[in-house]
Formats: sequence, C-alpha cells, structure tokens
Amino acid sequence: MTRYQAHEQGLTGLKLMAKIREFERRMPLLSEEGLIRGSTHPSLGMEAIAVGVSLALTDGDAIASTHRGHAHTLAKGADFGRTMAEILGRSDGYCGGKGGSMHIGVKEIGVLGTNGIVGAGIGIATGAALASKQKGDRTVAVSYFGDGASNQGVLAEAFNLAAIWKLPVLFVLENNHYAQSASVEDMVAQPDLSRRGEAYGVPSFNGDGMNLPEVFALTDAAVSRARAGEGPTLLVFDTYRYLGHMAGDTEIYRSADEVETAKKNDPIANLLEQLINAGVVTQEEWETMTKQIFEEVEAAEQFARNSPFPGVSEAFADVYAKGSSE
Amino acid sequence: MNAEMKEMVTWRALNASLHQILEDHPEAFVLGEDITTWGTGGGTYGVTRGLLKKYGRERVLDTPISEEVLLSAVAAAAARGTRPILEIMYSDFAFLGFDGIINQAAKARYMFGGQFDTPVVIRTNGGSGIGKAAQHSQSLETLFAHIPGLEVVVPGTPGDAYGLLRTAAASDNPTIFLEHKNQYYDRGPVGTDPIPFGQARVAREGAHATVVATQQILAYSLQAAEELAAEGIEIEVIDPRTLYPFDMDAVYASVGKTRHLVVGHEAVRDYGWGAEFVAQAVEAAWDKLDAAPVRVGGARVPIPYSQVLEEAVIPSKDDIISAVKRTLC
Repeated sequence: MTRYQAHEQGLTGLKLMAKIREFERRMPLLSEEGLIRGSTHPSLGMEAIAVGVSLALTDGDAIASTHRGHAHTLAKGADFGRTMAEILGRSDGYCGGKGGSMHIGVKEIGVLGTNGIVGAGIGIATGAALASKQKGDRTVAVSYFGDGASNQGVLAEAFNLAAIWKLPVLFVLENNHYAQSASVEDMVAQPDLSRRGEAYGVPSFNGDGMNLPEVFALTDAAVSRARAGEGPTLLVFDTYRYLGHMAGDTEIYRSADEVETAKKNDPIANLLEQLINAGVVTQEEWETMTKQIFEEVEAAEQFARNSPFPGVSEAFADVYAKGSSE
Repeated sequence: MNAEMKEMVTWRALNASLHQILEDHPEAFVLGEDITTWGTGGGTYGVTRGLLKKYGRERVLDTPISEEVLLSAVAAAAARGTRPILEIMYSDFAFLGFDGIINQAAKARYMFGGQFDTPVVIRTNGGSGIGKAAQHSQSLETLFAHIPGLEVVVPGTPGDAYGLLRTAAASDNPTIFLEHKNQYYDRGPVGTDPIPFGQARVAREGAHATVVATQQILAYSLQAAEELAAEGIEIEVIDPRTLYPFDMDAVYASVGKTRHLVVGHEAVRDYGWGAEFVAQAVEAAWDKLDAAPVRVGGARVPIPYSQVLEEAVIPSKDDIISAVKRTLC
C-alpha cells in the first residue's frame, strides 16, 4: 500500500468510525424514548474493528455478525437510514421491521445477519465460505464474534472444518473483555485466545482493536491468504465497549475508572491524531466533517422515525418461499 | 404414476434420486459423515453410493463429526447460492445442531424480510425397529413440523423416497427429509418424476374408517387393513407424505366418506403430530365424524434396546386394528 492509499484508507475509516459512533450514541436515547423494543447493543469504542475489517472487503464478500452488530453492518456498506429504520421496526428497514437490531440482514452487500445467538455467525460464515469454495467465486466470509461467544462449542468445529477444507473465512474475535457482564478473566483459563486457532491449524494473530490501520493491515493480509485458497485465519482484536451490554445495564461488574481509562485509548482519537500529524487532515477540516456526519446521521434518524410501521399482513409473509408451502 | 416404473429398494431409490439431483442442479452438493468411506462407499445405509465416482470430491464431501457447525454452515451456504444436501447419520444427532436448523435455517427468510432463500436439505433417518436403542431410534418428525419455516418430509415407500427427495432438493425452503431406518430395504415401484409436497396419497381405499399413518405405521396399517377386510371392515389408509405442508383436504375428503378417523405414528403419541390432525379434523369437519377420532402412537418412553421391549413401545398392527374397532363401536 502506498502512503497516499494509506491516508485515503485512513480518512475514509476515520469518517466511517465517527459516523457509526454518532449512530450508536443515539441507541440508548431512542431506547429511553421507547422507540426501540427489546434490547439493543451499541458498540461505542469498538468501531475500529468493524471499519478496519470492512475496508479490506468488497460488496461480494460476506459477513456474519452478532447481537452487537450495527457497526459491522454499517461498515460493510449498509444505508444508515434503512438500518435505523430496521432497529425501529419500520417498513423501510432492511427486513421490513421483522428482524430488529439483532437480526439485520442485507443480501446485496453480503450481510448474512446480525444474530441473536452470539456464536451462530461462526458457523454461518464458515458456510458462506463453503459456498464460495463450491462456486469458485473467490469471495471471502468474515465471522465477527466476542470473547463470550468464543466459549461456545461451534468454534471448535468451525475452526477444524475451515482448516481441513481451507475455507476462505476470517474469524474475527472482538475481545471487549466482557461477555454481557462476565469478565473474560473469569471465563477463560488461557488468556491468549489466539491459541485456540493455532490448536486447529488456523493461523492466528493478535491485534490492537483500537488501532484502525493495524486492524486493516492484519485483515488485508488474511483476506489475501483466503482469496489465494490458503484457508482461514483467526484475528483476535483487543478492544473495549464504552457503554453497558445494553440499555439498563447497571455495570456493577466494572468500575467507572476502568471505563474512563479505556476511553483514553479511543480508536477515533488515535487515528485523528495520526492523520493530523501526517498532514492528511487539519483539526478545522475535521470539525467540519464531524458536523456533516452529525447531519447525515440526523437525517438517517429522521428517515427512520418517519418510516411507517409495516402492515400487519407482513407478519405472515416470508415464512416459506413463495409458491411452495405458503 | 409415471410410465417408467422400476422395482427398487428404498436406499437405491434415494441413491438414484441423489444422482438425478446432482445432474439437475449444478449448484447442489452432498456432504455428511462417512458418506463415501463406509461400507460399500455409500454411507451407513448405502444412499450416497457411487456419487463420489461420478461427481468427484468437489460435490461429494466427507465431513468431520461436527453436526453443530455443519447444520448452520449449510444454511448459510444455501443463502449464498448453493444447494447443500447434508446427511445427518441419525436424526438424534441433529440435536447437536439445533441452532443451525431452528434458529438459523428456519428463520433466515422471515427475520431478514424475505431476502434470502435457504435451499438446504437435511437428509437423516428416524424410527425404531433394528435395535439401535434410545439415542439412534427417535421419531422426531413432530418436533421439526412444529417449527415455522421448515418443511418436513416422511417418505413411506421407495417411490415416495425418490420423488419427494427431488422436490426437497428443488425447494427454496430448508427441508427436513426423514427417512425410516427400518425401511431402507423395502421394495416397491419407483417412478421418474418429482412428487409435490402437501399432497397426501391414498394408500388403500376403504369405506368404514380412515387411518392416517406414516412410514412403519403406514406399513402396519396396510397389514391391519387386510385383517380387518377379512372381518368386513374396509379402512381407507392415507399417507400424508409431508407433515409440513400437510394435506388436510385429503383427510376431510376421506372422513367425509368413512366418518371415522384414526391417526397412527411412531413418534410419541402425546403431543404428537397425530394430535394436530385430529384437532384440525374435529375443528373443521366435526359434522363429518360419527365418533371421536383415536390416536395411536409411541409410548412416552425412550426407545429400549431389547427387541421385545422395543416392540412393546411402538404401535403394532394390532394397535391399529383395535383403534379402528374402538372408533367404530
């Protein structure tokens, strides 16, 4: 990558991270207002992983996400307004309001869904990679999952299957240190989670999940290996979520000091500083950009708020393929 | 049925169907544990025999013992434009991957607002009769039929096995294809055409009572029909063939004629699919019934190993006969 490309990549990534943060910042507010039903799981602080990974992917590649999946979906290229509309259960949402925050799929850009089952995307991405191999289309699949989901059994089976078949899949483990409220230190005996990949013959790397260029570089290398038929990679990114697991989280499992300390290593601030130092952007230009980002997300929210609720007949559609059992 | 009928045993019919499916659908592929390495190279019951030789390792894949990942992976592979046909050696093993079947495959179309087709077939077997005991003999068709989004197929003859599997492979829905392990060597006529889902088959015509039954209990019902006929009782035997979609119209038409209904299955009777058929008949066709319908089903116990015990907990021909007599008296 040339210096110029790196900067373009960096600026694109910076703006996308900031836009996703603005989107996610609104989630608790919309919850409090009663506009989001059930639960929604923002990922403030974790933006560099979603964005850094997505910068290495194309529309044809697939991702399978988790309950905390807005950032993954948006970074892959989903429209902010339609994503927000889905979270609000509106007819303009990608799934017509039937999926909600935890089940957002966007077929045309390869988003195989955020998922209410935390480790399910591990199997789904493996299957998408299997389809890629069957079709010979050289697409790559990414599974995002957390430190908590890494304790589910599907991980072992998927690693082994992907390794023996050399499937083009990236297992992206976002270690944000808490599985809902359980700390990774209490739930995992071997703290180096990358060793789980090595045990199955999956090349594994640890990376700083608060550093977008590092996330991008590791992902880009893994994507190249996958496209070349060299098989899966496990990328373990260390990160931190600034908000609780979901709205209403009392956060008794961690201290305010811990959160404040973590916030000092912010992925957006880190990258902004790098780009200012490199002369790619000035503080003034950045302030103009953030105003524009605020307005774009505001427009997305207004679009979602104005979108009508789906007609009740939609509740009964799409259980089965048309012309078959339905 | 169709012109080119051949006599065949069930496993051969399924094998012929898979050959045709791989021919018809370039995007189809077959995978499962031991499917090319066991026995004569056709898996535990021979069904995948010869596929590897003809279609190669790209389309016929031996998998590790990994039901959990495979059941979710095939759902995603289907959503990404392929047609996986996954063999789960025994339906009991599907429990290891219920997330993939129930939370993922069955719901993907719906929860994503109709964006994704999930044309996956999960071929497996259920049922008792060969001494495989509690963890290899369950009849789980009711459990699958209860899940919105799944199609559930229960072929009871070699011909149905062939034709229904072709339809399953062409379906854009996730389909649970439940073979019966005690019927792989049953012989019968096999046609060349796919058989549509949701169309019951009248296996025997009769005037006095309707018996709806599948697979092994279907076979027992046909034997019961012979004995009852000798006593002057003619039963009409209906094979639903698919439990979702299911053909209540065929049941209504039959009870309109016979005015009596018995439903028989090997799955545990309590909460079984027979209860659904009886309930629908009672709700929608009460005026066509002269007596309360009767259910016959497996006892509410795991399947025991010893033959005498196994036979004691699965409905028999005599159970069908007494059920028919009960509803007629």
